[in-house]
Amino acid sequence: MGPQHPSTHGVLRVKLKLDGERVIGSECVIGYLHRGVEKIAENRTYQQFAPYVDRMDYVAAVSNGLGYCEAIEKLLVAEAPPRARVIRTILTELQRIASHLLWLGTHALDIGALTPLFYCFREREEILKILEKYCGARLTTHAFRIGGLQYEAYDTFEKDVERFCKDFESRIVEYETLLTNNRIWIGRTKGVGILTAEDAIAYGVTGPVLRASGVKWDIRKAMPYAAYDQYKFEIPVGTTGDTYDRYLVRMEEMRQSRLICLQAIENIPPGPIMAKVGKVLKPPPGEVYHAIEAPKGELGYYVVSDGTVQPYRVRIRPPSFINLQAFDRMVRGHLVADVVAIIGTIDIVLGEVDR
Amino acid sequence: MQAATQATLDFLKLYWAPLLCGVVIVAVLPLIVGYIVLVERKLMADMQARLGPMRVGPHGLLQPIADAVKLLIKEDIIPDDADKLVFWLAPVFSVGAALLAIAGLAFGPAFQIAQDLNIGILFVVGISALGIFGIVLGGWASNSHYSLMGALRSSAQLVSYETAAGMALVCGLLFAGTLNIKSIVAAQGTQGVWFGFLAPVAFFTYLVASIAETNRAPFDLPEAESELVAGYMTEFSGFRWSLYFLAEYTNMIVVASVATTLFLGGWLRPFANVRWLNFLDYLPPLLMMGIAGYCVLRMPKQPTRVQQMFMLAVAGLCLVVAMVLAAPVLLPFVKPSLKEAVAPFYAGIHGGFWFIFKVSAYLYFFMWLRFTIPRYRFDQLMRLGWHFLIPLSIINVLVVGVALIVGSYFNLQGWALLLATTPAAIVALVAALAILSIDQKKQARQAGTAATDFYAG
Repeated sequence: MGPQHPSTHGVLRVKLKLDGERVIGSECVIGYLHRGVEKIAENRTYQQFAPYVDRMDYVAAVSNGLGYCEAIEKLLVAEAPPRARVIRTILTELQRIASHLLWLGTHALDIGALTPLFYCFREREEILKILEKYCGARLTTHAFRIGGLQYEAYDTFEKDVERFCKDFESRIVEYETLLTNNRIWIGRTKGVGILTAEDAIAYGVTGPVLRASGVKWDIRKAMPYAAYDQYKFEIPVGTTGDTYDRYLVRMEEMRQSRLICLQAIENIPPGPIMAKVGKVLKPPPGEVYHAIEAPKGELGYYVVSDGTVQPYRVRIRPPSFINLQAFDRMVRGHLVADVVAIIGTIDIVLGEVDR
Repeated sequence: MQAATQATLDFLKLYWAPLLCGVVIVAVLPLIVGYIVLVERKLMADMQARLGPMRVGPHGLLQPIADAVKLLIKEDIIPDDADKLVFWLAPVFSVGAALLAIAGLAFGPAFQIAQDLNIGILFVVGISALGIFGIVLGGWASNSHYSLMGALRSSAQLVSYETAAGMALVCGLLFAGTLNIKSIVAAQGTQGVWFGFLAPVAFFTYLVASIAETNRAPFDLPEAESELVAGYMTEFSGFRWSLYFLAEYTNMIVVASVATTLFLGGWLRPFANVRWLNFLDYLPPLLMMGIAGYCVLRMPKQPTRVQQMFMLAVAGLCLVVAMVLAAPVLLPFVKPSLKEAVAPFYAGIHGGFWFIFKVSAYLYFFMWLRFTIPRYRFDQLMRLGWHFLIPLSIINVLVVGVALIVGSYFNLQGWALLLATTPAAIVALVAALAILSIDQKKQARQAGTAATDFYAG
């Protein structure tokens, strides 16, 4: 299956060993999109590398940027001002919703429901419009800068976000009426690709996939970054860790993200948006690991500085890559049709898997 | 001399009229199918909050022609490993079977190619089932995994659902007492009630089975895009692919027509025997006039001169159709003596309208389902077929048979027959629910064991 197949979400190639239509073994072949991002980092200054991270998980560029900027800030022992942190939180949560919407649309399409895709893209478009108004780019945004933000929030920013959040409440109900109680949808997702909590932890799986297995682990709560410690939100968890649970968890996460956005726009503190970090970044020698809760799971940056303007080493821990490891475990014993459902439910982005 | 003329006329009527009809069908059907596809795309777009084809012609009205031209001039690719002869033959086989099935159908009291075929329904069902050979051969000849799997799925699916569909048809035929299509519709005319009301369970069974037979969503596994790329059609391109496409949509028309004939009263107006509902006769012309009016109203909004003229032309066409539809209804008012002379025209023209209307409604339902619900998995599909639909349809045949005997014992006719068939339908439904719950319990038990199996390795 793949790398050119309608439902491998990019250029994933999966070697399947079949018994009739039943899968008895699988092997993911990756690397079709490898660009050597980590090596590029060693030959760029800290600021120059920031746009590159947007191209990893290209459907959640804002989250990638947040992780990178915060990692370098940690290295610099600098901190973004409160205003910047709140705006960062809002944009990142909007990005989470956009990323989950894309996941929902394509996942449903893979299982044969055509319509949710277009509904999802309709709402995602609104988010992309907000991002576009904010920084001029829609997909690979490069929205944040090391030390804060380059752009002040535009005049109607709060109003736009609020309007989106208001609309989104009923829109999410629309998706749920199409899918949640649909017998075929339940039949296709319940009991498919079960990942137990022990397995999930053993494979190092993170994000919604881990939480659907019943493990209440969310970096936003466990090690708060940006402005997450100021807001109230729930961490949805599943019970059985099947595809249906992962669906429910992500749906609930979108709701929670919406709530975070609403809380955040109520009170955006005034003040500067950029910390004093200087034009040339020369972090003191040392190393730092900083992880954030990206839409797909734990996105970590391990950065080593040797005191020059370029990082000595940047290691990126991409959630998709590590979640994909569990694929073989999840897919064994299922039918070919389930393979598609399971690829969809892990929510991989090949740009991030291959880097 | 007169005898000779008469003989020639008879000969013409017997052989040339059907032949002409056949030529017309073969020529026009691709166009009709093209426009069905356009309507489907437009409906889908509407339900998905977008516009659909808009570029070719006003509102994309010329899109089917552009598509057809594109398909015709595309390079014809035959894979190196393919079995050339079979690869060449398979789509032809598929489309041939579909077109032959059309021959047996009657689209109105006057329009039937195989006139008064006494095995009517049986012929249509049998021939259209032959189309599966085209799919299986095509899948086999392309020599590719996806194609072969698609073809196998398709044949398994057809075999499973043909049984249920056949049983459902038997129910309808029990009421009609004949296989001849015209007689079936006539029986519904004299009974005054459509068989769909008398055998709702059978109608439902046929509805589901016919979707599965035509490989439409949610049973479109043979061509499941996300799994098998395009199933048996993966290796086909250009004209050959379009033949498969034509066959699929023709099959949809065929099953819709069969359902309309047997369960929805064919070309009869709804409640044809009810006097006070005669005003329904004005509906078709009014509907066409409404469309014409809408076109005229929207005309000034069209951006270019050509598009405005196009809208006017559509409006004119609708108006002509409306007049043709109105004439047989209105003429008797003007000149009561004309009533007799106009009757066959009324039956023909309005019959055609109602038939097309019902077939369209049936197809609309197909499309609606496709946009709304996800796809079944193959094992779920088979379970639904064998564990639910087939037992249900068999029970239903028995129950309907009993209901008919009871009905004839009490000499129930027409709507009164509902007294016997409604309890029958309820019994069948209860049986269905019982089957479903038993099956679910069994499935749950199996799932328990299977889950441990899955992870044994």
